[in-house]
Amino acid sequence: MDGGSTGEGRHAPSIQVDDAISTKVQKAAQPLYSARIKVHPKAVSGTFRSLKWIVLGLCLAVYYGAPWLRWDRGPAAPGQAILIDMPGRKAYFFMIEIWPQEVYFLTGLLVLAAIILFLVTSLFGRLWCGYACPQTVWTDLFMLVELWIEGDRNARIKLDAAPNSVSKFAKRVAKHASWVLIAMATGGAWVLYFGDAPTVLPEIFTGSASFTQYFFIGLFTATTYTLAGLAREQVCTYMCPWPRFQSAMLDDQSYVVTYEGWRGEPRGKLAKKTDGSDPWAGRGDCVDCNSCVATCPTGIDIRDGQQLECIGCGLCVDACNVVMDKVGRPRGLIRFDTLANQQARACGQSPTHHFIRPRTILYAAVLALVGSVMLAALLMRTTVELNVLRDRNPLYVTLVDGRIRNAYTVHILNKTHAQHRYVLHVEGVPDAVISTIEIEGAGGSLELAAKPDAVASERIFVTAPLSGLKNAASTKVVFRLEETSDGGRARYESVFLAPGR
Amino acid sequence: MPTKIEKDAISGQDTTGHEWDGIKELNTPLPKWWLYTYYATIVWSLAYYVFYPAWPTLSGHTGGLLGWTMRGEIAEQMSAAQASQAPMVSKIAAASLEDIRKSADLRGYAMAGGRSAFGVQCAPCHGAGGAGAKGFPNLVDDNWIWGGTLDEIYTTIQYGVRNANDKSRLSQMPRFGADGVLDSKQINDVAEFVLSLSKRSTDPAAVTRGAVVFAENCVACHQEGGTGNQELGAPNLAANIWIYGGDKATIVETIRNSRQGSMPAWAERLDDATVKMLAVYVHGLGGGK
Repeated sequence: MDGGSTGEGRHAPSIQVDDAISTKVQKAAQPLYSARIKVHPKAVSGTFRSLKWIVLGLCLAVYYGAPWLRWDRGPAAPGQAILIDMPGRKAYFFMIEIWPQEVYFLTGLLVLAAIILFLVTSLFGRLWCGYACPQTVWTDLFMLVELWIEGDRNARIKLDAAPNSVSKFAKRVAKHASWVLIAMATGGAWVLYFGDAPTVLPEIFTGSASFTQYFFIGLFTATTYTLAGLAREQVCTYMCPWPRFQSAMLDDQSYVVTYEGWRGEPRGKLAKKTDGSDPWAGRGDCVDCNSCVATCPTGIDIRDGQQLECIGCGLCVDACNVVMDKVGRPRGLIRFDTLANQQARACGQSPTHHFIRPRTILYAAVLALVGSVMLAALLMRTTVELNVLRDRNPLYVTLVDGRIRNAYTVHILNKTHAQHRYVLHVEGVPDAVISTIEIEGAGGSLELAAKPDAVASERIFVTAPLSGLKNAASTKVVFRLEETSDGGRARYESVFLAPGR
Repeated sequence: MPTKIEKDAISGQDTTGHEWDGIKELNTPLPKWWLYTYYATIVWSLAYYVFYPAWPTLSGHTGGLLGWTMRGEIAEQMSAAQASQAPMVSKIAAASLEDIRKSADLRGYAMAGGRSAFGVQCAPCHGAGGAGAKGFPNLVDDNWIWGGTLDEIYTTIQYGVRNANDKSRLSQMPRFGADGVLDSKQINDVAEFVLSLSKRSTDPAAVTRGAVVFAENCVACHQEGGTGNQELGAPNLAANIWIYGGDKATIVETIRNSRQGSMPAWAERLDDATVKMLAVYVHGLGGGK
């Protein structure tokens, strides 16, 4: 893993205090910073490459297409299937609508995503890294553009080394311009999730979109260009935290990209035997063609074993299979398999694989638990909510007739797309009368209305004779809200305060 | 003082020339980017002297080419805010109190504007929630000295109470003790009678005597049964709601020396729209009639 030119120098040099000159020399031989070695991945074709193209296409289609899906919610709410409505403080996902009070659904979604990632990783290794991660998808797309404009690996290496010329300059400009265009499309699609897509898109082009929208388009253009065009594998190796701890999810039963060392070693160039004897006698199947290294998008040698930089995309498997076909040896010298299977084959046993392991059972159980909690919460989501804030200044008011009045601010959250009427009841305070400054309530109830998809706010007064209060200073009071037509209900507990007797 | 600057054999750097007990110090320069950034900030700061107010002079300060001042900026922001409020404020100024009350838009705006003005102008005496304090009436309850309808509240805010304004609310209770109208025993008796109006008296004999004193001296303003008269600004004595306190000693003090609380005429200080919004807000606190 720590191969490379500085491998030897990593051991701490023995510092000789008396001989300062030798210390200096040793220090000079051990740079603290090693420059990036640019990776020029070679194009390859095969099963994994095809799979990667398909996933890439699907991911991009979802990303660019999703804002255009429509979903009818009536005239009171936006008709975009997936929408984060910042000014309206709401998020829409098809039939689901989330208010800021319910942001725990988002938390739940993130927890769910994390556990799914853990489960998939423990079963199939770094599928996320190699196939679905936006960093991988956009890097792959940018590499495709690079391939079309500058050619394959060898052509690109040659171009890098070539002196400046018009054609080199033209190729560079074409490449970076294409990248910037893709990056702008990425940023442009991002803002479509935050506004009505058919309205926002023309606005972007006519220059009438908001500063915020242009800012985020610019931001995502910059990050896409930098991360997918310039930084590439360094994002995975140095910036992303996931590769650092994903090994905790892997064990010898997880599918990973492996090199079958027992079959491949000792490696070497295939020498033609002039005497007609078996050229494969006494040697491994690896012909040391370096195809696997040349195709690797992170520039590593999979034959060194499992390593942090490997994103598990399997392109080296495709590359090796091509070579194995050519030299007439069986495919699968580099393969997508478990370490246990490889071990078994190395010892001549038949491979056995266990999908069901304590680890996967645990992840699946947690997943089921979190999933059912989320589902239950979603199904039991109410269409109306009630919040009651009692006035604290003053705590209570004595009226001329001796009764005590408390004031409350009532918020009715109408989460439906229609206007609704509600009856608010107050319970727990004997002979209580509920009113607003304009409406005199009948007994302990009051009729209120709330506009569609809005919070109705009303200051209400609860007035009751002091004589009816058992514990005068503080009485528990329950506000019950009933929707008049669809039967939606909500309740809120508060207190009714009075001077102590 | 630096004595001998020499080149260090190992690093190739100069020393500072300092030496302590044979220990010398390398003269490591600041990183270039840091140094130049520092110089750049100095150059940048010079621009402030030119463009912004900077140096004090005998009679003021240098103005700067941009003519910018912090006061000017606040004035600009204030006039921008006022301009944005102007459409609603002019509507409120033009509408009658009853119209404001009936229109949800105007009423909502008046409540918000009233709350803001109340916090600045009224809260120092009446409290942030309008609950009053000793000497300053509670505005949240339904007990009013000068009337609790929107119009009455509006008038009270406009002209205030016991001030120099011609239209000021004015009620004058005699100083029964200090001016010798009643003697101490009579004052004690009538105080017991006032306590009895809210069923708190402990001396029935004094109440009977006090009833006579009350009928002779107080009833004209405070009415039969002490229910008060809002046209005269005579407080209700039967409600057990007190401006200065309802214990006997405080009542005796009030009868003896009278009370002369006052409130400014806000029409002299605020524009009519603000006074209207204050009236709507105070009316909406809970006690409005």
